[in-house]
Amino acid sequence: MPASRFEAKVRLEAGIAVVTMGGDIDREAESGLAAAYAAAGGADVVLLDFTNVGYINSTGIALIVRFLADGRRDHREIRACALSPHYTEIFELTRLSDYMTIFDDAASATALTTSDPTGGRG
Amino acid sequence: MALLHSLRRSLRLDPSTLEARVAADDDRPAKQLLPTGPQVEIAASDPLLAYLQSSPGPVDLTSLELDSPAVRDLREAGVALVVPLISQGELIGTLNLGPRLSEQEYSTDDRRLLASLATQAAPAVRVAELVLERAGEIQARERLEQEMRVATLIQQQFLPHELPKLPDWQVAAYYGPARAVGGDFYDFIELPDGRIGIVVGDVTDKGVPAALIMARTQSVLRGEAPRFLSPGEVLRRANEILLPEMPARMFVTCLYLVLEPATGRVVYANAGHLPPYVRTADGVIELRATGMPLGLLPGMAYEEKEAVIDPRQSVLLYSDGVVEAHGPAGDMFGFPRLRALMAQERPGTELLNHLLEELHEFVGRGWDQEDDITLVALQRTGGGEHVLLGAGAEPVSAEAAERRVLLTLSLPGEPGNERIAMSQVAATVAPLDLPTARLERLKTAVSEAAMNAIEYGSQNDPAIPVEIEVWVTEDDLFVSVADRGLSGPIPDAEQPDLEAKLAGEQKPRGWGLFLIKHMVDAMEVVTDGAAQKVILTLHLRGVDDAGQPV
Repeated sequence: MPASRFEAKVRLEAGIAVVTMGGDIDREAESGLAAAYAAAGGADVVLLDFTNVGYINSTGIALIVRFLADGRRDHREIRACALSPHYTEIFELTRLSDYMTIFDDAASATALTTSDPTGGRG
Repeated sequence: MALLHSLRRSLRLDPSTLEARVAADDDRPAKQLLPTGPQVEIAASDPLLAYLQSSPGPVDLTSLELDSPAVRDLREAGVALVVPLISQGELIGTLNLGPRLSEQEYSTDDRRLLASLATQAAPAVRVAELVLERAGEIQARERLEQEMRVATLIQQQFLPHELPKLPDWQVAAYYGPARAVGGDFYDFIELPDGRIGIVVGDVTDKGVPAALIMARTQSVLRGEAPRFLSPGEVLRRANEILLPEMPARMFVTCLYLVLEPATGRVVYANAGHLPPYVRTADGVIELRATGMPLGLLPGMAYEEKEAVIDPRQSVLLYSDGVVEAHGPAGDMFGFPRLRALMAQERPGTELLNHLLEELHEFVGRGWDQEDDITLVALQRTGGGEHVLLGAGAEPVSAEAAERRVLLTLSLPGEPGNERIAMSQVAATVAPLDLPTARLERLKTAVSEAAMNAIEYGSQNDPAIPVEIEVWVTEDDLFVSVADRGLSGPIPDAEQPDLEAKLAGEQKPRGWGLFLIKHMVDAMEVVTDGAAQKVILTLHLRGVDDAGQPV
C-alpha cells in the first residue's frame, strides 16, 4: 500500500463541524489535523469522518489523542464515524472510543444533535 | 531615481560553470521578486566585476574609464550609476540606476544614501538568496527521495516473496538495497521435472530506470526459462529480446543456473556476472562460464557448463555490492575475504547471516551503502550416497529444517520505510490466506515495529539498516524486525495512561509497543549486544479469526 498524503476538509452540518479526512493519518497529518481543528471554529461538536482514511499508525493515534485533548480543553464533543473494523478495534483497544462515540457513518453521527461534552461511552 | 537592473547571480561563479548556472538561474523565482530593467549579461571575466568588488561605494559609469564590455552594455541600457552590493566581502549584485529624473548629477548626499542603502540591502539580499537556494535543494532532494521510493517499490514487487522448498537443500537469500537503489535482482523459477532455475543479476545504473530494466529482464527470463532446457539458450534469447529495448549505456549482468535438486547437478551460463563460489571438500572453487552482459551486442553466444554439488557442499551467488563495499579506511571488502568466509562450513541461512555480520563489522557504523547487495546461498544438506561430515560439522537440526524462510529484507533506516516493510510482509504472507482481521493486525504490528526500529534503532539514519525476516513453521508465522539499538534497549510495552494524555499531563505519543503487543499472539524482544530484534508470532493453527484459542 503506497503512502497517501493526508487531507482534511471541514464543513458545517446541522451545527456540527464535519472533518472529512482522506489519506494516511501519520506524522505527515499533524499540521492538517491541527488546521482542521482550528477550522472547526466555534462548533460544539466536531465529527471526524474516517471514510477515506486508509492507514493510521501510532503517531496518528497520538494526533487523535491531541485532537481529543484540545476538544476537552475547549469543551467540545468529538465524534468519529466510518472507521474500518480494524481501526475500530484499535480505537477500542486504546480506549479512544471511551472518549468519542463511534458512528457507522456521517449521516447517523450528524443526526444526533444533543451535545455531550464528556464524550460518548465513558 | 529608477532602479534598472539587478546584476545576475552568476557573478560569483567560476567562468567554466557560468553558462550552466546562468541558464539554471533563469528559472528561479528569485528574479520575480526584484523589479527588473533591461538584462545585461556580465561575463565572469569582465574587469568591471573586480572593479566593483574593490569599490567602496557607488560607481559613476559616465566617467568610468575601463575597457569592459559590460560597462558599454550598461551604458547602452541607460545605466548611469552602479552601486555594488557586497556581503561578507563578496560581490553579490548591484543596484543600477539611470540618470536622475531632474537631469542633475547624483549629489554627494545621494551617493552617501545609496551607499548606506547598499550596505543594509546586501545582507538581506544574500539571506534571501540562501533561503531560495535552500528551498531549491529541498525540492530537488524530495524529488530524488520520491524517485527512490518508486524504484524500491518496483524492485521489491519483482523480488521473490518465497524461497523454494527443496528436499535435501537449504536455500537462503538476502537483498539489501542501497540508498540510491541499484538494479540488483534474484529469482527462483520453477522448471519442468522438478528442476529449478536460479538467477542473480545486476543492471548498470540506479533509480527508476534500473528498476524498470530489472523488472523487464526478470519477466523475459521467467518467460524464456521454462521453454528451453539450456541456460545458454535462455540467456541468448534474453539478450536478443532485451537488446532493442535497452537504453543507451545500460546493460544487465546475469548468472543463470539450473539445479536438479535430486542429483545436485547444475548447468549454468553467465552473462558477464560474477561467478558463483562453491565450497567443496578441497576448498572454494568458482563456477566460470563466459558470456557478454545482456543488452550490449546482438548475436551473442553463452558458454554452458556443468557441475555436481555434492552433499554438504554450498553454492554462493552474489552481486558486486558485497565485494565492492568500502570500509572506513577506503579499502574494499574484496574477493579474498568473501572467499575465506565461504570456505567456512555453515548452512545456507547461517552462511548469509555470518557474511552480513562480517560485512557490517568491516564497513563500520554510519556506513553509506553505495550499491545493492544480493546474496543467494544453497547448501545440499542431504541425499546422495556419500554424506560427508567434516570435522566439527553438525547435522542440520530438525527445527532448522522445518523453519521455512519466506522473506529477508533489509531497509534503509529512513522514516517512511515502515510502509515498505508492511507491504512486503503482507505480500509475502498472502499465500497463507490469513483471515482479514489477523492480516490487518499483523500489518499494523509490522509497521509499528519497523517504525520503532527506524526511529530508535537506526535513529532515522538511512545508512543504518533495519532487517526484516519472515518465516513459518508448521504451526506459526514469525516476523522479526531487527535493529542496531542505537537508542538503547526496547522498554516494556506498558498500557499508556490515556487520561493523563488527555489532561495534557503526558505527551500524546507512546502507543507503538502497546499496539504491537496487542496485535499479535506473542511479542518477544531478543537482544544481542546492542542489536535487538522484535519477534512477532501469529499462530496458524488452533485459533479463530480473532486469534482466540479454539
